[in-house]
Amino acid sequence: MSSSDLQAPTSTTIATASAAAARKKPFALRQIIDHVVLIAGSLFMLVPVLMAFFTSSHTDVTVHTNGLQMTFGGHLAENYYEAMLVPGGFTKTVDGMRMLMNSFILGIGFSVGKIIISMLAAYAIVYFQFRFATLAFWAIFTTLLLPLEVRILPSYEIVQGMGLVNTYTGLIVPLIASATGTFFFRQFFKSVPNELIEAARIDGAGPVKFFIDILVPLSKTMIAAIFIIMFVFGWNQYLWPTIMTTDESFFTLVRGIKQILNVFIGAQIPEYGQAMALAIVAMVPPVLVVVIFQSWFVKGLVESDK
Amino acid sequence: MAKVVIDNVRKVYPNGTEALSPSSLSIEDGEFIVLVGPSGCGKSTLLRMIAGLEDITEGTISIGERVVNALDPAERDIAMVFQNYALYPHMSVYKNMAYGLKNRGMPKADIDAAVQKAAKLLHIEEFLARKPSQLSGGQRQRVAMGRAIVRDPALFLFDEPLSNLDAKLRNQMRIEIRKLQRELGVTSIYVTHDQIEAMTMADRIAVLNTGKIEQIGTPAQIYHTPASIFVASFMGAPPMNILDGHYNGNGGLEIKDLGHVAVDHTLEVTGDIQVGIRPENVEIHQAEEPHTIPIKVDFLEELGAGRLLHTTIGNTPFIAHLDNEHQINGETVFAHLPARALHLFDASTGRRV
Ligand SMILES: Nc1ncnc2c1ncn2[C@@H]1O[C@H](COP(=O)(O)OP(=O)(O)OP(=O)(O)O)[C@@H](O)[C@H]1O
Ligand SMILES: [Mg+2]
Repeated sequence: MSSSDLQAPTSTTIATASAAAARKKPFALRQIIDHVVLIAGSLFMLVPVLMAFFTSSHTDVTVHTNGLQMTFGGHLAENYYEAMLVPGGFTKTVDGMRMLMNSFILGIGFSVGKIIISMLAAYAIVYFQFRFATLAFWAIFTTLLLPLEVRILPSYEIVQGMGLVNTYTGLIVPLIASATGTFFFRQFFKSVPNELIEAARIDGAGPVKFFIDILVPLSKTMIAAIFIIMFVFGWNQYLWPTIMTTDESFFTLVRGIKQILNVFIGAQIPEYGQAMALAIVAMVPPVLVVVIFQSWFVKGLVESDK
Repeated sequence: MAKVVIDNVRKVYPNGTEALSPSSLSIEDGEFIVLVGPSGCGKSTLLRMIAGLEDITEGTISIGERVVNALDPAERDIAMVFQNYALYPHMSVYKNMAYGLKNRGMPKADIDAAVQKAAKLLHIEEFLARKPSQLSGGQRQRVAMGRAIVRDPALFLFDEPLSNLDAKLRNQMRIEIRKLQRELGVTSIYVTHDQIEAMTMADRIAVLNTGKIEQIGTPAQIYHTPASIFVASFMGAPPMNILDGHYNGNGGLEIKDLGHVAVDHTLEVTGDIQVGIRPENVEIHQAEEPHTIPIKVDFLEELGAGRLLHTTIGNTPFIAHLDNEHQINGETVFAHLPARALHLFDASTGRRV
């Protein structure tokens, strides 16, 4: 579970650090304060997660009458089964697995798309001395200041005009232009030594070969870093999917949670247990991506020397 | 294997810097040419124009019988070794060497044969599977050489390939590169600012100064008959002593603060000239003899294989080289400047007279 993943390193760090402190100076005030701050910070981050996890093991009735839970309830399997495998929503067509898949499609399409587009844009800006390259760069850079929300209406207008509402294309493509990514890749490409480019030219690598054979492998660490950020960012998208997808079969997990809590059919109690279960499920992939790609990222940093 | 002709080549960078004024140089098949000169004199610029990495502003460059001005670097049949090796960090040594051949569409078996052969020649067989980051500087240098050799080019280009190595390794690699080049018989152009590399490696040296070729010649020609004061003082360590003088025709040469020296040939110029003499040509005597002048010994520098005697004549620093047998007693010795060892330069143009 994600909660234990997050907890483990924190507690061991504290344990070893305080053990070392105990050997040297028993009452080092600074260290005590440091640890109080660290522990407080960790609790602040972890308690809501734990609470969501525990609550997801209770029946809806318990939650409705007694609020959020901090003990283990015994209905864990049941809630997760319902949330993931039993179709829900108004139309009873979409289950948790479907939403998980949609989230993956969005998260991966979003991050991979952003990486491809921004690498190509940065490649053009750095290596091809076309007119107005600097202007193009600053134009892209300025859009960093404008969040998606600013252009959400015109974007919707265009996508709708193209008949892409309720499609994955419509969900992903309008989001993949990335000023941040372009900026980072530009900085990175500029740091690649000139001699390497010249060696490649002498070795007969044209622009496409140079990009694929040399630049992409060299950017591995950079790609990993941007993938981490963008995957989580894409996974957590809420506003754009809400506007773009009205068909429930396109719902992502993040939207699905909201939807479950919204459903009041007759006098029914909202399905709190399932909502919490979905929240926990929604948390796992981003955590895994961070853990896996971070180690890759660190390995890349240690190994590569350009 | 090819003759290289550089014909009135000029380079002006887009920002207006004239890095090379029109220069010509003809390089024989199989020759090892060293371009030498101080930092910023345009050596790399010339080399990079030959490689095709830099546009040629004016003039033509031909390799073999082909004018290559408009050709891409990959089409010029050259290989280049860079100062920082420029190995692809993410590829193994093998792939680094094979990459250019792969891009040419050479069959896998041929690539393998070429890489193995070059690796054997350079004694890097055991490193073929490693990444460049797992090699020492000297080994990386070999790999860079290997990458050049496998291409079997008509022309090798080197841009200060040894300047990142320590002194001992540099000596060793210098000899190895030269040996290898003789074996392969490939025409080579080698850029350095190290005059020892230039003297020891070159068939012919081209000395550059502020974008101009000052002199082209064999190491012996450059050393013994430098064409200008610049060449005279740039080549040789310690550098040639340069003194002010005056020539008034009829073999009458006066050196400032030293007096009259007889020269056996008449010079075409009269007036102020500069007189050069290499430290090893200065004769030092313990006692006064005809045609000697007294000099004060400032200090002696021990070289192991001899000593350097430092003094000043007038206000000009002056160095004489002494053999180990040569004993020095006392503060004052007597120097003789043999007329046949003097180099005379026009004081206004700096050219040899
Ligand atoms: N891309 C460029 N744009 C403008 N000027 C340049 C450029 N590259 C080199 N120069 C200038 O051209 C002159 C010659 O440069 P070059 O690199 O050929 O020198 P070099 O002889 O190789 O020196 P070093 O021994 O330091 O490598 C220098 O004055 C340099 O400032
Ligand atoms: Mg240079």
